[in-house]
Amino acid sequence: MNIDSLLLMRDEIFLTTILLLMLLAEVIIPSKNKKSLINIGLLLFLAYTVYSFFPQETGNLFGSSYKTYPLAHFFKAVLAVGVMAILLQSVEWIKEKLLPYDFTAEFFILIFSSLLGLNFMISSGNFLMFYLGLELSTMPIIALTVFEFFNHRSVEAGVKYIMLASVSSAILLFGVSLIYATAGSINFDVISQSMHLPLLEIIGLVMIFIGIAFKISLVPFHFWAADVYEGAPTVISNYLSVISKGGAVYVLMTLLFVTFTAFQKEWDWIMYGISILTMFIGNLFALRQKNMKRFLAFSSIAQAGFILLAMLSHNELGVKAIVYFLLIYIFSNVAAFGVVHIISLKAGTENMDDYNGLYQTNPKLSLALMIALFSLAGIPPVAGFFGKFFLYSAAASKGYYLLVFIAVVNVTISLYYYLLPVRSAFLRRSENPIPYIKTDIYSKISFVFIMIGLLVLGLYSGVFEYISQISNIF
Amino acid sequence: MDILTLFIVVPVLTVIALLFANKLEKARLIALGGMLVQLVMSVNLIIKYMNAREAGDHSIMLFQRNIPWFSEFNAHYHIGVDGVSVLMILLTTLIVIAGIFVSWKIDYMPKEFFISLIVLASGVYGFFISLDLFLMFVFYEIAVIPMYLLIGIWGSGPREYAAMKLTLMLMGASALLLVALLGIYFYSGTNGMTPTFDLLELANRKMDFAAQKIFFPLAFIGFGTIGALFPFHTWSPDGHASAPTAVSMLHAGVLMKLGGYGIFRFIMFLMPEGALFWQDFFLILAVTGVTYGALAAIQQTDLKYINAYSSVSHLGLVLFALLMINKTAWNGAMLQSLSHGFITALFFALIGMIYGRTHVRDITKMKGMMRIVPLLGVGYVIAALANLGLPGFSGFVAEMNVFVGGFLNHDLYKQALTVLAVTSIVVTAVYMLRLTGRMLFGPTTKVYTNLPHAFWYEKTAIAILVIFITLIGTLPFWWLQFIQESVNNFIKPLVH
Repeated sequence: MNIDSLLLMRDEIFLTTILLLMLLAEVIIPSKNKKSLINIGLLLFLAYTVYSFFPQETGNLFGSSYKTYPLAHFFKAVLAVGVMAILLQSVEWIKEKLLPYDFTAEFFILIFSSLLGLNFMISSGNFLMFYLGLELSTMPIIALTVFEFFNHRSVEAGVKYIMLASVSSAILLFGVSLIYATAGSINFDVISQSMHLPLLEIIGLVMIFIGIAFKISLVPFHFWAADVYEGAPTVISNYLSVISKGGAVYVLMTLLFVTFTAFQKEWDWIMYGISILTMFIGNLFALRQKNMKRFLAFSSIAQAGFILLAMLSHNELGVKAIVYFLLIYIFSNVAAFGVVHIISLKAGTENMDDYNGLYQTNPKLSLALMIALFSLAGIPPVAGFFGKFFLYSAAASKGYYLLVFIAVVNVTISLYYYLLPVRSAFLRRSENPIPYIKTDIYSKISFVFIMIGLLVLGLYSGVFEYISQISNIF
Repeated sequence: MDILTLFIVVPVLTVIALLFANKLEKARLIALGGMLVQLVMSVNLIIKYMNAREAGDHSIMLFQRNIPWFSEFNAHYHIGVDGVSVLMILLTTLIVIAGIFVSWKIDYMPKEFFISLIVLASGVYGFFISLDLFLMFVFYEIAVIPMYLLIGIWGSGPREYAAMKLTLMLMGASALLLVALLGIYFYSGTNGMTPTFDLLELANRKMDFAAQKIFFPLAFIGFGTIGALFPFHTWSPDGHASAPTAVSMLHAGVLMKLGGYGIFRFIMFLMPEGALFWQDFFLILAVTGVTYGALAAIQQTDLKYINAYSSVSHLGLVLFALLMINKTAWNGAMLQSLSHGFITALFFALIGMIYGRTHVRDITKMKGMMRIVPLLGVGYVIAALANLGLPGFSGFVAEMNVFVGGFLNHDLYKQALTVLAVTSIVVTAVYMLRLTGRMLFGPTTKVYTNLPHAFWYEKTAIAILVIFITLIGTLPFWWLQFIQESVNNFIKPLVH
């Protein structure tokens, strides 16, 4: 193992470096200049984001426990872009809520650690690295969930999250141990060769699936999502709903498509059922929500159900559809949560009824909300439509037309509740709407970037073409 | 830039220009200017089209442009026109212009209103020039979604309810259509060929009959919902009644034609055996729509509801004719689409003008309006007579083709249904004459004696629509030539 091969891990090394630099900055910078920590954190992460787009070779490290290949590399870059957008939106929140308690550097360090964990999870080649990554990505987020410790909701959310995350993590680990007992190895490639279908392996797979399904908030492992999203700081809910979920979906995809392909037939009907359940429950519960964060939580649950459509395809089209959809979903949800975050921070409300007449005072913000919700609902020409369409195609490619039919019924149901905030903001007029909010420059940059992305990613086929080229992971 | 893509580019540029217009005066002028350019382009397109055909170009679609888009899915930006498309583009442009004139004095958020209207129009233009199923679907949804804002913000009455019902039903129907399109796409990939979304390419491939039996009804209901297929028409009365005038005009006049056009251009062409299999069942629904719509209109006293149900009835005729699957009936279907577009737009425009003056839409509350607003009264009479099929106006020619085409089928079932559909003419006469008689004639209601006469923009809108209704009615052969060659090409898979 020489320095060249270590450079295969350069994204992770870079991320660790900026994490350590952040620690250093925390120590070095005197108390009266703590505000500059925000800019330092943003700049460091911007450097990482740009760096993560540089091409990298395929290879294995550490006895195949760390694998890197073009799709994983691209996906890590996508997650980095998502986190960058979230960090930009969180600047005002940090200034108001964290700076007084001197938590600024901790915020950045914890987010970087979580992303590092996700990176390792995505690049894992055996279950040990996978579990390391999983835990490294979960623990910092639990800490971040309670960051608004002065708000009892936040602490409640954190406690709920840690209880359920630990239990599901333990179940996952037990499943891993069962797989090891039957296959004789924790390495993914070795496992995929030695699948025989005895009962023990299936139980192991079910338990692993439970662990991951918790993170993706699939039904019936979704109960934590609404309360945690509502209680946690909006920035962290944002992160949970896109980055954490995105990484877990990617890992589930590689596990199902590459490692556990022998179980395809058994798996399909389970995924079929869970997909239908998740879509319906997510949609039906979202219909009644008035709190915007709970609303977006249930909407995220339903979106996870849609992703499972493509998981049934077990072919390259499914891989392309899932990665492309995750990219677009990250953009849409970051925008939606971003608007909710700004309004929650500056106007102090998370209730949809208070959004009445928002267009009168904040036209651009309303427009951003509308485009984000249209993207989530899957309406052209915004990118969300193309993401959803390709998911349906992946399912239809294996002949699951009934499931596609159920999915489109659910999309129509979801259109209703996605139109509810639009109705409040545009259709209703109010005597005292939310006053004009002056968004800071960081949020402005984040929103402009996301809006352009939402329009371009769909209409311009180049991104999808690129994903298609790197999607052969079999 | 080719001639067809301009039809999408010009509206987009108009919308961008509108972003900078903050006052009503500027907004309406920019919108009108953009659409006048579009009108010049539409007329130019017709002229170029006729020249190309006379020069001997008999390809099924003219002015084609094909650029790969998502090559993974074989989805291309493939556009082209034939006779029917060209006429539909002209219809759209004229109705949008009439709609802008009718909305000349809109006071609440004019910029956003015109932007939404023109975005909707651009979706419609894109739909009419698409030759690729994926592209068509994208434009179809773009054409539907601005309706929510247009009805919800600028509408009247229970506008939130109407807007939501309309949007959900139409998007639900398009979701069904999506399943059918995916079916068509993947089934075109049998026998080792690459699946494709391209219309002309798909025409060369036969889709498995068992699959057609499943996907045809989905697609038919998908397009039929926007074409007021009974019982999926329920969004229409509330939607039209609550919508602002220009939106009702555009929706009933143009948007609802997307259904018939979609069935004609895509669904029956690509799934002929499925169409023949499901013909009898859907005919029942179509005839029910025709007769039920007419009977329901008799019972209404609200002007907009009368016209909405009248639209359901007349659009039912389009679906009825399409389902008869012969050349005469299809000529009638397309001509009825065109004719009814103008007639219903004229009607909604007039209703809007009366409502703007009296703030009442109930025909029992208005009498003798002919003395007060004579020009509007004359407009009403013309619209009513055209709607019930008086010769000399377009309604007659269209319905003639529809019913003769229906009767040309030799089996008793279809002929009986045609007779049933013909009775709707009588019912239409009843409610149309009742409307005009009650509202325009008789002693004038005292309250309304001081209403203003028609303004110049109202006169222009009425004039445009009446002129074309008369042109189609008196020179039907000129219009039919475009339709006939298109029908001849697209009915081939169904009638051997």
